[in-house]
Parts: sequence; C-alpha cells; structure tokens
Amino acid sequence: MDIRPVDAEATADERAAVDALLGAPRSSWEGGARGTARDAHTANVGGHDSRALRHLLLPALQAVQARVGWISEGGLGYVCERLNVPPADAWGVATFYALLSTAPRPKRVVHICDDIGCKAHGADALIAAVEKTAGPMHAHAPDHSRVSIEDDDATWMRTPCIGMCDRAPAAFVQQAGQQPRERLLGPVTAEDVNVYLARTFAPAAPVELEGPAWVPRQPIDQLRLLRRVGRVDPISLDAYRASLGYAALEKALAMGADAVIQEVTTSKLMGRGGAAFPTGRKWDTVARQPALPHYLVCNADESEPGTFKDRVLMEHDPFAVIESMTIAAFATGCARGYIYIRGEYPLATARLQDAIGEARAHHLLGENILGRGLAFDIEIRRGGGAYICGEETAIFESIEGKRGEPRNKPPFPAQVGLFGRPTVVNNVETLVNVPLILLEGGAALAAIGTAQSTGTRLFCLSGHVQAPGVYEAPYGTTVRTAIDMAGGLRPGRTLKAVLLGGAAGTFIRPDEIDLKLTHEDTRAANTTLGSGVIMVLDDTADLHDYVLRIAAFFRDESCGQCVPCRVGTVRQEEALHRIEKRRLRGGLPAELALLDEVGVAMKDASICGLGQTAYAAVESAIKRLRLYDPPHGAAR
Amino acid sequence: MFGAGGGTSSYREVEETDVVLLWGSNARETHPIWFHHLLKGIRNGTRLYVIDPRRTPSAQWGDVWMGLHVGSDIALSNTMAREIIHAGLADEKFIANATAGFEAFRASVEPYTLEFGERATGVPADVIREAALTYARADKAMVCWTLGITEHHTAVDNVLALINLSLLTGHVGRWGCGCNPLRGQNNVQGGGDMGAIPNKLPGFQDIEQDAEARTRIGNRWGVTIQPTRGRNLTEMLHAMSRRELTALFVIGENPAQSDADLHHVTDALTGLDHLVVQEILLTKTAELAHVVLPAAASSVEGEGTVTNSERRVQRVRKVVDPPGDARDELWILAELAKRLGADFGDPTAEQVWNEFRVVAPDFAGGMSYARLEALGGIQWPCPDESHPGETFLHGRLWEVPRRGRAAPFSVVHHEPPVEQPDAEFPLVLTTGRRLESYNTGVQTSGYESPLHFGETLDISPEDAARLGIADGETVRIRSRRGAVTAPARVDSSLRAGMVFMTLHFPDEVATNQLTIDASDPKSGTAEFKACAVRVDRITERELAHEGHH
Repeated sequence: MDIRPVDAEATADERAAVDALLGAPRSSWEGGARGTARDAHTANVGGHDSRALRHLLLPALQAVQARVGWISEGGLGYVCERLNVPPADAWGVATFYALLSTAPRPKRVVHICDDIGCKAHGADALIAAVEKTAGPMHAHAPDHSRVSIEDDDATWMRTPCIGMCDRAPAAFVQQAGQQPRERLLGPVTAEDVNVYLARTFAPAAPVELEGPAWVPRQPIDQLRLLRRVGRVDPISLDAYRASLGYAALEKALAMGADAVIQEVTTSKLMGRGGAAFPTGRKWDTVARQPALPHYLVCNADESEPGTFKDRVLMEHDPFAVIESMTIAAFATGCARGYIYIRGEYPLATARLQDAIGEARAHHLLGENILGRGLAFDIEIRRGGGAYICGEETAIFESIEGKRGEPRNKPPFPAQVGLFGRPTVVNNVETLVNVPLILLEGGAALAAIGTAQSTGTRLFCLSGHVQAPGVYEAPYGTTVRTAIDMAGGLRPGRTLKAVLLGGAAGTFIRPDEIDLKLTHEDTRAANTTLGSGVIMVLDDTADLHDYVLRIAAFFRDESCGQCVPCRVGTVRQEEALHRIEKRRLRGGLPAELALLDEVGVAMKDASICGLGQTAYAAVESAIKRLRLYDPPHGAAR
Repeated sequence: MFGAGGGTSSYREVEETDVVLLWGSNARETHPIWFHHLLKGIRNGTRLYVIDPRRTPSAQWGDVWMGLHVGSDIALSNTMAREIIHAGLADEKFIANATAGFEAFRASVEPYTLEFGERATGVPADVIREAALTYARADKAMVCWTLGITEHHTAVDNVLALINLSLLTGHVGRWGCGCNPLRGQNNVQGGGDMGAIPNKLPGFQDIEQDAEARTRIGNRWGVTIQPTRGRNLTEMLHAMSRRELTALFVIGENPAQSDADLHHVTDALTGLDHLVVQEILLTKTAELAHVVLPAAASSVEGEGTVTNSERRVQRVRKVVDPPGDARDELWILAELAKRLGADFGDPTAEQVWNEFRVVAPDFAGGMSYARLEALGGIQWPCPDESHPGETFLHGRLWEVPRRGRAAPFSVVHHEPPVEQPDAEFPLVLTTGRRLESYNTGVQTSGYESPLHFGETLDISPEDAARLGIADGETVRIRSRRGAVTAPARVDSSLRAGMVFMTLHFPDEVATNQLTIDASDPKSGTAEFKACAVRVDRITERELAHEGHH
C-alpha cells in the first residue's frame, strides 16, 4: 500500500487505545519503535496479511474515540500505520461517522435527541432549556482553534433518533476514558442533562439504562417474540434454556440444514427490516452458493426514526438473537457471523457481548457447538452513528472498515456480500422468528396473520399515545387497534396524523386508521409498514415541524455517494424551508412541483433505499395530508 | 536470456502468477504501468517479495521486504538456491531435460549457508529460507528486476544468479513463470531488437558467433560485417580518454549528466575531435557538441515502432509536425549516409521496418505494419504472417526431448561492491529514481509538479540524528571523486549507514560527480548503485561564502 504518513505524533493514550485492540506493534514498519536489526532488513507489513486487517479500521478509530473523546491527526496516523491504511483513506472513514470526531471534543458528551419521536415529547423545549444553561452545542470553533479541553469538560450535541421513542425525550451520554462509560437516558429533563454536563459528575456503572425495566403491557398469551421480555432474566443462560431456549437449535441440528430452510420457506417469513424479502428464499440462495466462506450478518443497526423494537429484543432477550443466528448459520453454511449494532445502543451491546461469552463458555458458539461438529462464532461490530449503515450493502462496507456507502445491486448480497462472499443479512426481529418456526413448524407461523403476511409483528408505538412501547400483534391488526393497545390518545386530544414506517415511510390521515397492517394492504393504500413504526401525532403537533425534521434527517444522513440523493435531499429541505418562511420562488404550486420533480428523481435514480424513500414522507404530507394546501383557497 | 535479450513473460502473466520476486526494482515508482499489472496480480492473490536495500513504495506493497545490503544480490540468490536444493525442491525432471551445468552449480552454492547468507546480506535467515521455499513451491512464479540488479560491477552475474533460480525450480517457459527485466524506457527493448548493442546484429543475431547471419546480411547490404563486437558505452569513454576514439555521434542520450563519475565523462567528451549530438532539446551533452542536429521527437513527430517490456512491438504514429528546423530522425540518418557515400534513398519508417523483417526473419518476419495495427502489437518472436507472436518464451525447454540447446546454469559468486564504506567515507550511497522525474530530467524537469521538490540527500533518521542534521538542512556529500551539496531529507525507509540520491536534477546537484567509475566487464554497465560517501553539515560561514559564488 502506498502510505504517506502524517507528521503528527499519536498521544500515549491514543496508542494505548489502539494497542489494546490490536496488540503491540510487531515492528517499526507498523508503528513500533525503530532501531531493531531485524526491522532494518525485513518487513512483512503491506502485503495480503496487512490488507486483511482493513476491517479493523472502524473498531480502531472507535477505540481512540472511546478512550480520548476525539481522534487527532497523530492518532489517525498511528491507526494507519498499524493497519497499513493510507491516511487520506482513513480520514474519509473517520469523517463519515457522526460518533467519531476529528476535531477536539470534551470527554463527556450528552447527545440529546431532537428527532420526531422526541419532538412529540418536548425535545425542542428541553434543548432550549439546556442551551440556556449550558450554552450552545459546539464546544469548539469550526477551525479547531479551541483545543485546550479539560479532562472534566463536557458538552452536548443534537442527535437524530436514538431508538428511545418509548421514553422520549431521550439522550445518549458518552464519556471517553480508560473505562469508557455510556448510557441511554429517558425520559430526560434539562436538570438531568445539566447533571451530566457538570464537571463534578462521576458515573457509576459502565453501562446503564436509566428508568424502570420495561415489561410488555400485553398478556403473555398474546406474545411470541416478546414472551421473554421483562419476564425471563436476560443475563442468565439457564433462565433462557428453562424457557425453551436452545430447543430450536437442537431440533435444527437433528433436522438438517435443508429441512430448516424448508420450514422457514413454508412459514412465508418475510424480512422485518423494511424490505419484506422472503427469508427462506434468501437462505436458500446463500446455501447454494459455491463460493466460500459464507457470512451471516445480523442487521441490528436499527436507525429508522421511530424504531426501537430490536433494541428491546436485544436488551431483554439476547440469547434468542444468538440462538437464531446459530440456526441461520447452520442452515446457510456460515462459519462466521457479525452483529452490526448501532453505536447508540450500549446496553444491548453489553447484553449481547455477555450472552456471546456465555454461549461460548457453554459450547453454544465455537468450534463444536452442542458437540455436534457445528462451527460458528459471532463478532459484534458497533456502528458509528450513520443511518445509512442499516442499508444491507452499506453494512458490509462498514464492517469492512470503509465509509458506509451502499453498493450497486446486482450483484446481490446472497451472491457477493461481505468481503465479496455470499452473505445472509437479516434483521434482528426476522431472526428471532426462526426458533419459533422450528419449534412449532413453518405451517403454524403461516397460519398467523394473513395469507401473504404471516406471523406476528412488533410495532413501535410512539408519539402522542398514552403508553408508548413495543407491541406485538398478528399481521392484519388495524392501525386503530394498535393505537388502542398503546392506551390510545391522551384525554381530550384528537388525532392529526399517523406516521407509518418511520422517516422513510408515509403519513396517513385520521380517516385512514382502519387500514390493516399487512404488507399487501399497506402497499395497496400506497403506504408502508417499513420497520413497524406507528408514530401518532395529535392536534398539539405542528406537522410542518415534523416534515422539516424528516427532510433535515435525510439531508444529514445521505452518504453523498450518488448525485440524486446528495443534491436532492438538500434541494428538498431548502424548498420546504422556503415554503415555511413564505419566501416562495415562483409561487407555491411551483415549489410543490419542484419538490415532486426532485422527489421523483431521487426515487428513480438513487442507488439505495435512502434516496429512494427520502421524498416519501414529504410527499404524503403534501398529497395525503394536503399540509401545504392553502385553506379555503387563500394563501397560507 | 539464453541468447535472446528480452523478458520472458507477458504483462497478463503477472496478473495470474502466484509469486513474484521483485528484485532490485522500485517498479511502483519507476515502472508504474507494469506495476498496475502487478497490482491486478496482487488483487488476484499474488504473493510479492520485494528485494531492495530500501523499503521503497514497491516494498510497501510486498508481503515480504528483504532489505539486503547493497550489492549482496548473488549472496542472497545463491543462499536461496542452496535452501531450495537442500529442501528437495529443485525440479529435477526439468533440470535433467532442459538445463546444463547443474552439478557444478550445486557445488558452487554449497558454501552459501543460511548463516553466510544472513551475514552477507543482512536479511534474517528465516526470511531468506521462507522466501526460497515459497518461490520453489509455487506453481507459477517469476523473477522481475531492474537497475538494482544491473547497475553493479557484477551486473551480468547478478542476472545469471536470478536465472539460476528460475532454472532450478522450472519457473521458466511456462505461463505465469519467467525472468523479466523491466525496461526503464518505452523502447529500450526496441533499441536492442534493432541491433543497437555492441555484439548483436538486428534481431539479436550474434555478430561474433553467427557467421551465417554476418554473411547473409553482409551480402544483402553489399558490405563485409566484421566478426568482432563493438565497444559498450563504458569502453567508449575509456577509449576516448586514451584518444583511441576521437569522434562521437550521440543520438538521444545525455552522457554528460547521466553517467557515473561525471568529471571523467566531461573530460572525455571535451577531448574529442568531433562530437555530433542529435537531440530534441539542448542538453548538457549537446552544449559540448561541435554540431547539434535538432531532431523530431520520435514519440509524436515521427513514424515507427517501439517494443515494450513484454516484447510487444507497437506502432508509433506521427501526430504533429516537428517544430522549426527539427527533422525526422530517419531523414537525418539517410542524409548523413548520402554524405558519407552510402545512399539509402529516402526510406519511410515502414520500409526500414520491412528491411529489418528481411534481415531478421525468424525474429520479426511476420510483423507487418498491417498486422501490428490489426493485432494491437505483436510479441516477438514472430517468424511468419500466420504466427500470433509469443506470450512467453522458452516453452521449448519443456518439450521432451528438448528442442535446441540446453539452458545453462552459471556459476557466479558474491563479490561486494568495489568501494566499501570506511572511516573516512562511512556511508553507502545508492542512487535511483523517483516517480515524478525521469532520468536526467531532459523530459521531466520542465513540468510543474507538487512532487518536484528538487534533489535531496535521503538519509535515515538514525544517521541524521548522529550527524546533527535537521530535515531540510543543506549538507555536503563527498566521495573520493567529488562533492555536491543538497538538502537532507530524513527518510524512515532507509536504515542507518545508507543514503540515497537521484540523478534527476543534474544542473542543481550533479550526483554522478560522486558515483564510482567502476563497471561490469561483461556488459559495461556502471556501478551506480554503490559508492562510499561522507555527509557533513555546512557551517553558516561556508554557506554564506558559497552564496557569493
């Protein structure tokens, strides 16, 4: 590789963070001290072995970030030397991920969610209050001029949705150090935030989810995927096994891989991440690929605004995720699996990490699972604060240590996926259906729901309902019923709109809530189930605000790779702002026509789903809610 | 090789081979196009060993860098050969069928134990062993080299040592295997093809050994061709010094700046009775000339062919007229001939090429301009118009029984560079090239480039610290032959005891005033790669003093 190292030196802390991940450098050619006779005459850095380390780039950068709070040029340079990555390349990666900072940043940061779910619960007022007491969010000048940051300094930042809509308004606290601390807070007040911003703050546990433990508000007989949540100790393998855990894996090993795929196909299980692709077909395709090895990726980068179901599953039933992945790996011939989990889920990450350790210790992962010769292991990769990495090919790029830019398809992941190999990529919720399918038979799942949309679905009820949370219901349940499950509206309020499917979904009107929640019904109604988001907005909500926030979200999260999305998301947001501020160019109809033209271009010409859906919610606000129509023919 | 002076393999084969020993070559910088083919190979899994005293940008792509002492190539190669033989990895069938002299070779490498190899080259014994065994075990492997092999007083022996490795393992005459000198210019190979070598007629027909060719070509041209080789460049310079050679015709070469030990070269050139230089620019050599013949630039202002490193002959087409009074090179030569009493007429490039095809039929008989055009170039040899050209050479060695003469092993021994560092001149200076510049800069120094930082003395961090030299500080570099000043550039790719310079900026820093006038008796190539120097800081008074001049 052609490396032009930067001159800056890494700090001792930065080196220690990287060395803790990668081990000490073996030679001066990979960042060690000069002067050995051997190094003067030989090197084995730069070839195939070095290039095979590239996938560690993001973990190495994250290690520096977690230890120091930001990544200096010297720190970046040291990572580059260790992994043989050109600094310009690594810089491109470091600046891609929102949770990595290449500018000086205090060690403690409170990320306050200002996204739609928290907006419904007073996030704007919260942020205004914090701003008043703690000052503006940028702790350093854009030119990095303020570099003297005290160890006990803290700052706050805005963040898009952190998957805590059931506890809005929410915040995510990170504290860098030798023992980095992280926690999700919610619901949070300005006073709470100020405690974390105070110099005197001393965190207790490494990771902690504040607030009461969550138990589904539904009777247990209505629950399939959530049946252990809040009822079975999530950190106990024994408890998991006592509640039918690992019975499905035993059965799968007895059935054989082909029969497992057959059951999954019979069940008509479809992907729960948003695309609703038949899981059995995906598995079958990968299982048949001659290229080896095959990889399994569990997509736990749950970043669709309004979505938090996978977090609940991972926090409260981590062994189910591990067992499901093991079955999927067995069926599709994968020896290695990755869980790519969003960086804002510290508790879920810790629970999964512990569960993996337990599973390994009990031969439920490793070289010889259950003594049956099955070899499979799982590695957790944490996201860096990039919505796009939930896209099924961007997730590969990210695991490979690159910017999370989606790939062109074809080839599809089942043929050419992670590290160029056939790859199964499944969402968390999709996977945890699998043990049930094996235990009850595929036909049993197929009997639930409708003919085309089978099984139950986890719905993320948020916004203006009395009891936000994850609710499980068979496909075919109506939006109205789902809202009722979550306690309905607050007393005295009327429904204004429901956002289905998240930021990439669509708004529907109050008169449309008898819509059945199935793939076929939503498709026919020109809307989507997406990731199961049902965000309820009552008459207190200013919908214009929500539409603007969604437009800002896509502008911010566009990876910038393809023009329609990179430019289109900016043009869309600009036009909406002009409409809001009544600085119309050529009148409202012209602005709406422009929005439509840009939106269609994004839909037709973007590489991935982000650009393709970036206009969906805006379009539904315009065409379905008639949000921008002049009332009674007058100018708004 | 084995009689034909050209690389054995095609570029495509580099993309599909398993192991490459890149020996004495910084191809990443100096042969960037060829290196792109290697990068494709690397992407396909090729394991790369880079053998170079410096950890060059090429070495940074290698799976293994073997940083041998300057000029210890034969020691390394023979040690590897011994390891291969002792591991039972010599290809005995191939050796028996295709080669000669194996027993003598086997005996000759026996003293080159791993311990000796490590001592002589500095490369750790385990690394030498691993490289040897990997090369030998590979299904397809090739050795590629450049001036790091040939700019030594043991140039030919160095090449023979590498050929020995290929014969020992049967890594020649098959797809993806071979021995490839990378050519430093687009048409070095073509010059050799045409016979611009002291001992060869066109198409590598040997002027001393091939009586049939001498007679055949002599009869055709109505001359008697002498059965003796001419002088190589180094020999010419010595002959000029001795006044045995008093007139010189230089075409497109800049010896006043490109050759080793410049004081000596300049004296030789100025002592000539008559110096004619045919050039596209007024080079330092041209400035010394009695007559300068301004020539068209053959790459764009004339017709013809070039031959690249994979022996592919390609057409060159005229796209612009030469400026001013510059004339086509063929026209100049034809007019000169007329005035010297041998009228060639006014041949076109194609007519000259067809004449070449007639006098070297086995080599180029099938390469008409029409076919060169239609096929996008043809790799020699190509004896007739139905022949597609050869992707790789020496396939005959695998035929049983073998056709033609056996490929000989050569007994060669380690002989360190002529000049060794000592107390007075404690550093080894090795010279080379950089990506952004080309040779003496005739064609490159006129361009703006962010990478053009002028000449520097590249020095290890250890030596710089020991001598108290700061990065960028101007220092004096002295050898037994001369002294120059240049800014120091601390370069962590160098180990202590070794410094590096180029000859890209001869007007500012005449590096070749330092290099040694030692050369290989067999090929005449000069030992640019090794001489002993000392580096000193310059006091402020000296600097101020020099500023006045």
